[in-house]
Amino acid sequence: MFQATKRDVRNKNVEFLWRLLFLTMTVLLVLPVLIILATLIVKGGPAISLGFLFLEPTNGMTEGGIFPALVGTLWLVAVALLISVPLGVAAALYLSEYAPDNWLTRVINLAIINLAGVPSIVHALFGVGAFVLFFGFGTSILAASLTLAVMTLPVVIVTTRESLLAVPRAFREACWSMGATRWQTIRRVVLPNAVSGILTGVILEVSRTAGETAPIMLTGAVFFLPFLPQGIFDQTMALSLHLFVISTQVPNVPEHLPYGVALVLIAMVLMLNAASIGFRVYLRGRKKW
Amino acid sequence: MIRNAREGTEATSDRHENAIRTRNLNLWYGDFQALLDVDLQIKKGVVTAVIGPSGCGKSTLLRSVNRINERLGYVRITGGIEVLGHDVYEDGVSLPRLRKEVGMVFQRPNPLPISIRDNVLFSLDLHGTRDQGPGKGVKEEIVERCLRRVLLWDSVKDRLQAKATKLSLAEQQKLCIARLLPVKPSILLMDEPCSALDPKGTAAVEELIWELRGVYTILIVTHNMAQARRVSEECVFMLMGRIVEHSLTEDMFAAPKEKQTADYIEGRYG
Repeated sequence: MFQATKRDVRNKNVEFLWRLLFLTMTVLLVLPVLIILATLIVKGGPAISLGFLFLEPTNGMTEGGIFPALVGTLWLVAVALLISVPLGVAAALYLSEYAPDNWLTRVINLAIINLAGVPSIVHALFGVGAFVLFFGFGTSILAASLTLAVMTLPVVIVTTRESLLAVPRAFREACWSMGATRWQTIRRVVLPNAVSGILTGVILEVSRTAGETAPIMLTGAVFFLPFLPQGIFDQTMALSLHLFVISTQVPNVPEHLPYGVALVLIAMVLMLNAASIGFRVYLRGRKKW
Repeated sequence: MIRNAREGTEATSDRHENAIRTRNLNLWYGDFQALLDVDLQIKKGVVTAVIGPSGCGKSTLLRSVNRINERLGYVRITGGIEVLGHDVYEDGVSLPRLRKEVGMVFQRPNPLPISIRDNVLFSLDLHGTRDQGPGKGVKEEIVERCLRRVLLWDSVKDRLQAKATKLSLAEQQKLCIARLLPVKPSILLMDEPCSALDPKGTAAVEELIWELRGVYTILIVTHNMAQARRVSEECVFMLMGRIVEHSLTEDMFAAPKEKQTADYIEGRYG
């Protein structure tokens, strides 16, 4: 009675094939990441030393360390986050909690999604025109970070909006029915429950900000600078640009050097991400602030 | 908003008897008219049940009293609603003030994902001013008083810091009533407050509603006729957006005046 028919056998085989296909694709996705990491560690590992991290490049950037670039990237990421997170979260709050659902908000949403698709070199040119020239910030950390912030805003807005939408409507109704204003509802119920999702957006943004080269190359980052930036109106070196320069523009760079820079860049991004993931876990545990 | 023509003729006499009064209330969701010429007087301190088949407008009626309907954006209203003698659709009505006076309990218990204690104190935090809020000791007193009032104190007094969402559904619903009380509302709107509960939980919440009678004006929407019979003193029967009959509960169930009411009560439709 319960013997498999021909049809059952065929279904089972088809099932197996699809499963195998999906599994293969997943492995293929993970494989490049592992290969990249392994290559970086093997080839770049020997370059890593305290001197490499805390000294400035010397001898036409073929020797010495990467300290100014490391500090520069931290500056760029920090200033970009300071600009884009408040702006993006505020915009997302407006769009999901206040704005009525009409054609204007739909156009705004569409514009935000399209902004995410703009190539980074176009953002770079926009940054030159707007921040370097029009606002007169010159090529500086401020101009570069503003450009990076504009570029990553869609990520922050979209992930924030998603996490706001994930807060159950019942919580909001409970608040409203007790006479809470929208801001009280946001402050006491919506934000505390959405904050971990918002941090996910920030994590994505950190990775992208730290790694971008084109936007900062035209707006504030330079090939070589023998001193550290003192403020947001200074120019700076950056890891991503430094990597580009020593692997393509400078002759006679020992092979382990670019790999070392790449390894440091990835490690830094991973550490920043780990920090915000830790923060997220902490906030999730509290759910109240 | 169109003013009712009859306004003025009998407006002053019922000031102190009616908690809620609607005059010629019509309400549309977009093109769909959900309420038609609803004239209703809800007496102070009385439990009034609104019954009727689903889609008859009973929840809509409830939700227009505290104006929570307006969030939908495409709601249009003519006529008026007075709460304690004041038109709530007048310009200059503060929604937080209105909703402080008119508390609401939802179909699905919706405590906030914070501690039991903080749920009770939430409305105080919303409406109290920062510097003259009650002190620590007073707050604990309020928590105890409100939880006792809803017959919940004994089962939660040892875990006030526990998350409210960990309580059983019936306890959650009681908590949702308790959290309205610190700001001293006079009217409680209940939108099918027991429909998510099991029979035991239903009995517990019904007991509580009976307990609160007289102190608060309670307007409860239910599709459960037996429940209307058990908990209410007056009963309103609605059909297709209109009020068909409004009378004492015992009269309505013993001798309904309208044929439609009788048919519904006897289960011929619904």
